[in-house]
Amino acid sequence: MASLIGKATRRVDGIAKVTGRAKYAAEFNLTDLAHGYLALSAVAKGRIASIDISKAEKAAGVIKIFTHKNAPKLPFSDPQDKDGVAPGGKPFRALQSDQIMFSAQPIALVVAETFEQARHAARLIEAEYEKETSETDILPILGKGVPAEPAERAPKPRGNPEGAFRDAPVKIEAEYTIPIEHHNAMEPHASIAFWKDDRLTVFDKTQWVYNVRNHLASIFGIPEGKVDVISPFVGGAFGGALRPAANVMLAAMAAREIKRPVKIVYSRRQLATAHGYRPQTWQKVRIGADEKGKFLSIIHEAIGNTSQFETYSEGTPGTTRSIYACPNVQTDYKIVKTDLATPLYMRAPGAVSGMFALESAIDELAYKLKIDPLELRLINYAETDPEDGKPFSSKALRECYSEGAERFGWSKRKLEPRSMRDGPLLVGWGVATGTWGAYQAPSASRITLKADGTALIQSAASDMGPGTYTTITMIAADTLGLPVEKVRFELGDSRLPEAPVHGGSMTTASVGSSVQEACRNVLKKMFELARKGDASPFKNVPDDQLECENGQIRIKGKPGVGLTLTEVLRRNGLEKLEEMHNSAPNKERDKYSIASHGAQFVEVKVDEDLGTVRVTRIVEATAAGRIMNPATAHSQEMGGAVWGIGMALTEETEIDHRYGRMMNPNLAGYHVPANADVREIETIFVEEEDKIVNDLGVKGMGELGMVGVPAAIANAVFHATGRRVRDLPITPDKMI
Amino acid sequence: MDKRGEHLEDWMNEEDWVEPEERRITEDEEKLLDELGIFGESRRRFLGQVSAAGLSVLALQLIAEQKALGGVGGRGPEDAALIAEKLENAVKVVMQINGDKKTLEVDSRMTLLDALRERLQLTGSKKGCDHGQCGACTVIVDGRRVLSCLTLAATCEGKNVTTIEGLANGDELHPMQEAFIKHDGFQCGYCTPGQICSAVALMVEAKNGEASYVSENIQAKPRAVQLSDDEIRERMSGNLCRCGAYPNIVAAIKEVHTGKEVAQTWQFAAGDDLASLESLREKDEEG
Repeated sequence: MASLIGKATRRVDGIAKVTGRAKYAAEFNLTDLAHGYLALSAVAKGRIASIDISKAEKAAGVIKIFTHKNAPKLPFSDPQDKDGVAPGGKPFRALQSDQIMFSAQPIALVVAETFEQARHAARLIEAEYEKETSETDILPILGKGVPAEPAERAPKPRGNPEGAFRDAPVKIEAEYTIPIEHHNAMEPHASIAFWKDDRLTVFDKTQWVYNVRNHLASIFGIPEGKVDVISPFVGGAFGGALRPAANVMLAAMAAREIKRPVKIVYSRRQLATAHGYRPQTWQKVRIGADEKGKFLSIIHEAIGNTSQFETYSEGTPGTTRSIYACPNVQTDYKIVKTDLATPLYMRAPGAVSGMFALESAIDELAYKLKIDPLELRLINYAETDPEDGKPFSSKALRECYSEGAERFGWSKRKLEPRSMRDGPLLVGWGVATGTWGAYQAPSASRITLKADGTALIQSAASDMGPGTYTTITMIAADTLGLPVEKVRFELGDSRLPEAPVHGGSMTTASVGSSVQEACRNVLKKMFELARKGDASPFKNVPDDQLECENGQIRIKGKPGVGLTLTEVLRRNGLEKLEEMHNSAPNKERDKYSIASHGAQFVEVKVDEDLGTVRVTRIVEATAAGRIMNPATAHSQEMGGAVWGIGMALTEETEIDHRYGRMMNPNLAGYHVPANADVREIETIFVEEEDKIVNDLGVKGMGELGMVGVPAAIANAVFHATGRRVRDLPITPDKMI
Repeated sequence: MDKRGEHLEDWMNEEDWVEPEERRITEDEEKLLDELGIFGESRRRFLGQVSAAGLSVLALQLIAEQKALGGVGGRGPEDAALIAEKLENAVKVVMQINGDKKTLEVDSRMTLLDALRERLQLTGSKKGCDHGQCGACTVIVDGRRVLSCLTLAATCEGKNVTTIEGLANGDELHPMQEAFIKHDGFQCGYCTPGQICSAVALMVEAKNGEASYVSENIQAKPRAVQLSDDEIRERMSGNLCRCGAYPNIVAAIKEVHTGKEVAQTWQFAAGDDLASLESLREKDEEG
């Protein structure tokens, strides 16, 4: 049996998803289920002076209404509510005080017999507020920025950035702004909670079942072992489901009070303030270079917004320190408090915003130097990590540039802006670099080899869409020597062995490594069992000469002689063989700089009369270690490209700063790319052999595919039109 | 069977060489299913469904516990009367859903989508925005694609509704479902039922020669049209996919529409070698 790794493999959960059988959080229909619906604040800041629920209480079907006045005061036994993703500060606790900290904050929960009844009653709640003035735009208050990290942790300047910039013969300096953006996953956040005696069970949309479990246990002051969180399918999240949203705690609270299962699903409008967003960002980049294009100094400043109660930060200028060879580098990152809910990691957090600014600035420099933008990047290629001098465990970025350029046809590009046309349309070609850390975290898994010749793999991971179900199944099948159909992977249940958060593009590296090691261990035990007995054909055959192929243990190179796993178990009187395994990242990693890299090439066509920009072609060249499943990996890169198109051209959460209120919390006003916005997207995988990252050789790729795209599009727009747009999104009004 | 090797003959049985035909269930699972009262063919089907729904054995256990608590599975149509008692504005409606006649008493405000999801356990149709902006709730009503979140259940009297659950013929998937799997036309899967229902109805629209925003001549007499990629993109733009699977969705639909294979758009870089640590080190040394 040839290795499954690197073979395009159909999703093992494909049939469940195309037949509607895959169960998402809101879809567990429990007996006697009651429906919760949230009422939200009308003001951004102040306190609730009075709240009148009398009309709502009389509405048909209403079971109970909770406000800050009557909601049980819960134990909250941890200052950060055991939320492993919480930033510094105090987490928001719904219905626990009269204080309003952002517009559309939950102020009441109606629980009724049906969804329609709950929704109607929520509209009958009347609240009066003592209003205070709110500030929701960072641009007028940039001066109020405070360092995102304490001085001792903040990166120090490298070399003499200010001096080198001052003395540089060629320099550019520019400011870039990015508005708030929302994850807008297709599945709204939803929770169903019920209690049986003192045990709490929750179906929840989450990227980390253990986090929700620990969170609820701390809020209710009960042991973690008394909470079960189940989340077999996640309808997209992109970071939006990293932290438990208020609905999960409120559903659990209401369920305990009314002694029935309670379901709370956010409406699309409510989601805008339910789970965070990509922060509003201001950036300034200064680059000094010599006449040949060699960077002499890069100074990258960034300021992003946070809430009044938490200090959210995402390392916006961080990638600037390692991505190009430059002796003098300084990055400054500050955060400003605003009267909004706390931001939250959104696909490629920090990196995509920071790289939009840096990669745009490099493009600006290229035109000033009259050097091809791709050539300028090669001139400043970092062979080792310039931040600490460490070698890269692998870095095929150079190959990404060349493979991508060839596929795209970059050599036919004319440097001059406005030099390429397609009939009445201006054509522009742009390029940018992408990078993302290749993270790995400790992860546990369990494997059970069964007498029927199948294997059950279990780990409390998530699959929000990248294909975790499939990739982990492939890794297990490949390691065990079983066909994919004989392996079943269970995830998304806090009663399974602990997996790390499904974020940061590290699930395959973390859970995959754990499963690979567990499978190897269990095979070793099977070999041992197979050697038992005088008549065993493997009596004196050491492990390294044995293998398992298609469910059969045999001597390497002797396919004729074998014992099935089933027979080995039976001969030893076993029904199954179980193996628990905890894996940790390879310590060797510390000696290296570890990251994924990519190059993104974009073609745009611009209608100058209408100011419309169309992305007609994207080539993504990606170096992310070994590709487990190119079919799903391509989908990841494609998704990243589509996200880049949205960020560059259409996505913007509009806020009426007079009221501190988000004005387009819906999919008609907030434009995520639709099918007609997307044309050709090609992926080239430049594989890297990298045994330092982990034995599988995998790095992450979910975020990577997005990182360079917005800059590449903005650069292509400049190439097409000669117009540099530094304020995203590049909407038609900015083009005319 | 000489491939066995002579010395193995008394150690092994013939059947050890044969892979089991289908998944056998464990004793734990067996016990659970006994508790649930699921036997024979329905047991096999149930297991298949649980597996397809991504439920762990532990979740199965949970369902068994719920059963012990007084039943599981939400309110089926047989509970309609019970619901109606609690409604002040109930409307009785009879419709065909996936070929079955269903009688429901619904809140007059209840959408078709909520009727499917909350009352009939047909949760394949998804609620993404509830405002007709995302298309996740798309179902086929009397042959046309319809946003079930903008359709009141009470208006469906006598209508013929097909949902994602009604497309496959037993275990045999609809060609559009097959094509979506083949071309990886989804990631998280949440918009997928709506995309597929939309695409299935689109095939009929193309056959009937209905015009779209990008049709070159909208005054032309309707006749079956061959959909270009742009036509498919335009006509599928009512179905948002936040994962960004659009090019794969277009490929899947095109393949079903034309009957011809559509090529993949990814490749491994040319050259046999992986960019190895060694080659990088060599470069470092040279540099």
